[in-house]
Amino acid sequence: MAESVLKATNLGISFGGLRAVHDFEIDLKEGELVGLIGPNGAGKTTVFNLFTGVYKPTEGAFYLDGKLMNGKKTHEIVAAGIARTFQNIRLFKKMTVMENVLIAFTKDIQYGLPGAVFRSGGFWREEAEIREKAMELLTVFNLQDKADWNAGNLPYGQQRKLEIARALATKARMLLLDEPAAGMNPTETAELLACINTIRRKFAITILLIEHDMSLVMNICERIVVIDYGEIIAQGLPEEISHDPKVIAAYLGE
Amino acid sequence: MRIRKDHTRSLIVSLAGVCLLGLIIFLADTLGLMDSYIRGIFIQCCFAVIMAASLNLVMGYLGQIALGHAGFMAVGAYTSALVTKAIGLAIKAGSMPALSNVAQFFIGLLCGAIAAALFGLLVGIPALRLRGDYLAIITLGFGEIIRVVIQNLPFAGGKGLANGQAGQALIGIMRMNDLYIIFAVTVVCVAIMIAFVRSKFGRAIIAIREDDIASSAAGLNTTHYKVLTFVFSAFFAGVAGAIYAHRGLGTLQYSDFTFLKSTDFVIMVVLGGMGSMTGSVVTAVLLSVLPEVLRAFADYRMLLYSIILVLMMIFRPTGLFGTYEFSLYRLLSRLFRKKPETLSSAAKGDV
Amino acid sequence: MDGLTLFIQQIINGLRVGSVYALIALGYTMVYGIIRLINFAHGDFIMVGAYALFFTVPLMIAAGMPAWMSIVFAVFVCALTGILVEKLAYSPVRARGNNMSALITAIAMSLFLENFAQTLFGANPKQVGTLFNLPTILGISGNTFLTILIGVVVMVSLSLFVKYTKNGQAMLAVSEDKEASLLMGVNVNHTITLTFAIGSGLAAVASLMYIAQYNQVTNMMGSMLGLKAFVAAVLGGIGIIPGAMLGGLVIGIVESLSKAYISTITGGVITSAFSDAIVFSILIIVLLVKPTGILGKNTGEKV
Repeated sequence: MAESVLKATNLGISFGGLRAVHDFEIDLKEGELVGLIGPNGAGKTTVFNLFTGVYKPTEGAFYLDGKLMNGKKTHEIVAAGIARTFQNIRLFKKMTVMENVLIAFTKDIQYGLPGAVFRSGGFWREEAEIREKAMELLTVFNLQDKADWNAGNLPYGQQRKLEIARALATKARMLLLDEPAAGMNPTETAELLACINTIRRKFAITILLIEHDMSLVMNICERIVVIDYGEIIAQGLPEEISHDPKVIAAYLGE
Repeated sequence: MRIRKDHTRSLIVSLAGVCLLGLIIFLADTLGLMDSYIRGIFIQCCFAVIMAASLNLVMGYLGQIALGHAGFMAVGAYTSALVTKAIGLAIKAGSMPALSNVAQFFIGLLCGAIAAALFGLLVGIPALRLRGDYLAIITLGFGEIIRVVIQNLPFAGGKGLANGQAGQALIGIMRMNDLYIIFAVTVVCVAIMIAFVRSKFGRAIIAIREDDIASSAAGLNTTHYKVLTFVFSAFFAGVAGAIYAHRGLGTLQYSDFTFLKSTDFVIMVVLGGMGSMTGSVVTAVLLSVLPEVLRAFADYRMLLYSIILVLMMIFRPTGLFGTYEFSLYRLLSRLFRKKPETLSSAAKGDV
Repeated sequence: MDGLTLFIQQIINGLRVGSVYALIALGYTMVYGIIRLINFAHGDFIMVGAYALFFTVPLMIAAGMPAWMSIVFAVFVCALTGILVEKLAYSPVRARGNNMSALITAIAMSLFLENFAQTLFGANPKQVGTLFNLPTILGISGNTFLTILIGVVVMVSLSLFVKYTKNGQAMLAVSEDKEASLLMGVNVNHTITLTFAIGSGLAAVASLMYIAQYNQVTNMMGSMLGLKAFVAAVLGGIGIIPGAMLGGLVIGIVESLSKAYISTITGGVITSAFSDAIVFSILIIVLLVKPTGILGKNTGEKV
């Protein structure tokens, strides 16, 4: 039985009197690609914020590779292995494509202040290494020719790919993609699909995906979790979900 | 290793440039141009450069308005002055071997810088939790508190230490106005700061400035980098303070380190271009020399600066130099029509 | 003088200066509530009002009118200054720049006003002369009572204005959500200008009461006053009108007590600057412990 990569039990958060998410359970095994869907305001991004330390859970717990992650700060969780992309792309628009990826390598750089200031051998070696690694990563996403472009000048679809590349550069084991296909036309969405398939092949990565674009979801997700009003209302295989009356009711309104 | 070779070439060229400057100073000195007045201006330029460059790290690269930089300078100034005093007394009393003035100065400088860095930590940890406006006010508050406390310390006034008297100017400070030493210290400081900026640290704080949340999501411990930069910046303010204390007048007034003094450096950084080391250096020199050269202008100095500042904020908020960095290597390469190999860089536009 | 009498005397002194801080803080908090900018120049508007008074009081007296009527002129001058500063400096920067440029512009305006005044009037302090002849009750000067009374009147008027007039409600809307107000058809620029006019006009009133109690005008008088009033506004709750009143009085009393007692503790060492340090320490503590201030609502951090 494969070990769980990301596991949540009774996870929830309340803001004052509002129970935004409650009794959220999930168990992701290595290499899985699971979709998280639900109507607007259901709490999907809240779940992501819980998993990335933006919010602190008020109930339940979640674990990465068996280690408890409650209460850890965002960068600690990233260091442990969970990375995310944002619904509204959050790139460093005024920095270059290359620099956006280099930032994600920072946490693994060993040289410290003395090394940087006195330009130690380690400094040169590591700076060269991360540039090589960044180029390799950019090549996977076909962005290598635009390494010196300002990230804000990339077309939308490529910005999204860059954001994913940056997330992967953190050496994440678990990738949380928040509506990656938002605002994309069918061509870009197809490219995104291919991109996701490629990274699944190349990296040992587990993916949890929030998406509204049903074609993408049905096409690519092995399993789907549906939430509404902060709790899970259904989960299972895509075919099961698309015929589930509860799911249909949630989307079509009450 | 492509980048190392290019950076090495760039370094050699920069070193040559610095040596050239040093040569100019040497010539001016031997030709007798360096009377005490010019010397004074030169030293003033030097510590202004260090103050502006270090403040730029926080304001330009990290993107936070810090209004208490003079406070760190004060800590460095007083600490170094008291240390050199103590050393002087100990040597006279025979409890310490005789040390050259230079050695005494450097010990004092180091102590001053470290003390300033410690205060940077003290101020930075609470202050950096807050948002822009409030951070500005809190740094202002800390700057004022530091000044007031110094004003009331018995060992920091009059003859200082055991014979000190609070509320008076500190007198009898050792003099260190050796041009070459001060110049060397300034060059080393600026070089270290540039090295800082062109490393993972510079990249990190620029990213944090651009988008704090995305930076965390990319794995950066934003608080760590913010505080580190603040402390680093305070360290150099301390160095500048030490230079200021020993510049030759032999006295230190606590009234030298008010909010208005901090504002002087804020003006230099903003006008020069937040995020441009070149801008800070050039503007610091300009604004140190100009009031001396145009004496009549000196009275209307602040009036003019404030107007220019407002106009700058409206029409060119990035300052005179923006994020441009001067590079002698790049200039020479262009002159001799040799294209430098493409480098990835910490800040777009610098080589 | 026994301990209790001394203590009460200091409280009274505190009310004296605190009432002025309260008036200044009211203007500060109004402007901050609307445009989220710490108007560094606000303290200097006081200075503008004070100089206006310096020139018009003798004219009033010569014309046989009560000295304090010159407040009308001072309010006008201050309001005009505020509007000009807003239109010429703050507004263009707000349109093109970010929060950082706005703050720097505010600092620059403050420097400008201080230095412009110095160029025009010189650095020597000026006296204005008695403005009111009020009786002293229970050891508290009539001026202090008047200041507090004016403060209360202003506070109540502002609250009523904000609640019941269209312009006032526009102000409230803009302070809550500028974008939404725009979409709702609120003339945001007009509202901001009005806010500045009222805020600076209040500064003139504050300068009147300051002169009544301290009778000294210099070009730098505004800077410390402004900063301490800002601390008062933050202490009471920035953006909250009664908070400014409360904060002002508290800061005044704290300052007065610390001036009196620290000199006895430290044996006569310089004290006035130390009380400044204490005021700033209060700011730091408030910002770290409860940034919303005494009367502020405890809004939980929602990312």
